[in-house]
Amino acid sequence: MSLLRTENVIMQFGGVVAVNDLNINIKKGELAALIGPNGAGKTTAFNVITGVYTPTSGKVLFTPTDKSGTATEIDITGKKPDKITALGVARTFQNIRLFKELSVLENVQVATHLNTDYSFLSAILRTPKARKGEAQAKADCEFLLERLGLIDLRNEKASSLPYGQQRHLEIARALATKPQLLLLDEPAAGMNPQETDELTDLIFKLKTDFDLTIFMIEHHMDLVMEISDHIYVLDFGCTIAKGTPDEVQNNPKVIEAYLGVDADVED
Amino acid sequence: MNETQNSLGAYLKLHWKTAVFLVVLLIGIGLADIFVDSYMRRLLNLCAIYVIVSLAMNLVNGFTGQFSLGQAGFMAIGAYTVAIFTVPVESRTAIFYLEPMAPFLANIQLPFVVALILGGLASVVVAFFIGSPCLRLRGDYLAIATLGFSEIIRIVFTNTQSITNGALGIKSIPTISSLWWTYGTALLIIIATILLVYSSYGRAFKSIREDEIAAEAMGVGLFKTKMTSFLIGAFFTGIGGGLFAALLGTVDPKQFYFTLTYNFLLIIVLGGMGSISGTIIASFLVTLGQEALRFLDEPMAFGLDLPIFRPGLRMVVFSFLLMIIVLFYRKGLMGTNELTWDFMAQKFQSIKKKLSRKKTSTEGGGK
Repeated sequence: MSLLRTENVIMQFGGVVAVNDLNINIKKGELAALIGPNGAGKTTAFNVITGVYTPTSGKVLFTPTDKSGTATEIDITGKKPDKITALGVARTFQNIRLFKELSVLENVQVATHLNTDYSFLSAILRTPKARKGEAQAKADCEFLLERLGLIDLRNEKASSLPYGQQRHLEIARALATKPQLLLLDEPAAGMNPQETDELTDLIFKLKTDFDLTIFMIEHHMDLVMEISDHIYVLDFGCTIAKGTPDEVQNNPKVIEAYLGVDADVED
Repeated sequence: MNETQNSLGAYLKLHWKTAVFLVVLLIGIGLADIFVDSYMRRLLNLCAIYVIVSLAMNLVNGFTGQFSLGQAGFMAIGAYTVAIFTVPVESRTAIFYLEPMAPFLANIQLPFVVALILGGLASVVVAFFIGSPCLRLRGDYLAIATLGFSEIIRIVFTNTQSITNGALGIKSIPTISSLWWTYGTALLIIIATILLVYSSYGRAFKSIREDEIAAEAMGVGLFKTKMTSFLIGAFFTGIGGGLFAALLGTVDPKQFYFTLTYNFLLIIVLGGMGSISGTIIASFLVTLGQEALRFLDEPMAFGLDLPIFRPGLRMVVFSFLLMIIVLFYRKGLMGTNELTWDFMAQKFQSIKKKLSRKKTSTEGGGK
């Protein structure tokens, strides 16, 4: 069953076509990757999916499963980012976007705000419902921090964390929105090989433990080839290849996009 | 029953310092209310009103990161509401001598508390109409719109002769002189703000201040959350304006020039954008400081006719002091910190450490 589909999505900025005719189909429970050279339109594709941009044309369709277990396909094209997040799509950012002045715990708690079922008046009056909600949210967040190895840092300012842990915090924060689809924008950027390996394990574990479907942009090919079920390759906004890691690796167009055309041929 | 008693006991044990502080504070206000003279009483009342309005402004500007400059306008709405509804019916013909008061208002007189809350609510209604278009935009549009609004309100109030008595203003509003009105309200608003800021809603406010794009991606509805903050701020400001009217006993449009907003802006920048305790401290500092520097405006300040002591010098000195503070404490006195017991203990420790280090280094130097 497909969880996320895009139908002929085109995103144009003036004369620049950042994403051209994007058709992806991510099945529930799989781990898909979006790769491509710099400037290929990968992050733009994410921004279209999460509602930051409204596509020039085309549709984005998301099929969340509600509490009773029924799945309904919803057209999320051009919806506000917070509405899309509430439906079950969470994301991390390529250039880390934490709430710098807030503590680690508060960063994660913000992401539980969409599930508050009490008004600001009950929050001020600290009604039993509000207290219960706050306590529950805090417990959930602490559980997530525990899972991502940040629990001892919960009272630190987010900006004081080392780089790798800031990336982990971004993932914890995204998970706190209780997503069904998690979009990771270059989770391993700037990490050394050992950290990348650890992250690979972590992503894999989180995927099974939280019953997630993951769609990620990544440049570390080892990571991508190791854990992805499906790979989409973008170049200049166009999808030049899609398929399993093996298929993509041997696709001549992909090799061309990454390594360029062999110049010797013409000589 | 027993359980609630237990939890209350546990709560007191945990927060006994705060409880003691509150009791001391209440006794202090009570004593001040009995003993201070009328000059000091008015000044203290003004401090409390400034605390209320600055706190409301800090909620929107400091905590939610939305630059709003409509304080004077919202205060005017609160102040005029209280004035219109509390002026005794029998003295209205004397006040509205140019044009009689509009018949639908002429015979309505409400108790002070009701008028005060009504003033707050009137501010909320107006804030909703300003916020609806402006809070959807990113950037400084809100500042421009609220700035314009507060001027518009002043001009509207100058021209609605039969409702606000125009430029003549409304006199003989029943005054409050007890400190309990202002300080009681200020305390309630401080507590409400603390409880709000340390709740899920408060965190949502702060997340918008930190990064709008990330906040939205984490499911925080930007418009709704900004609006909540803006309306709460407007409500508190309206209440502050109502108290202001009842303190002075008269309102007229000239009191609500844009310069009034500057005072609050100054307070929140000085105290720290995003600090409740900083705002409270700065409110007292600014209000009392402006009064204390008043001698600078008098030509014969030191018994001599010094050429620089002329009306206006007070503001020059004041602005200079402000610049110094902004230069050396860029984030205000408190930054985004709060004056909690832990914070004070920490400061105390670090000062102690510094002192002892100095001592050892001088001793070392001596040997």
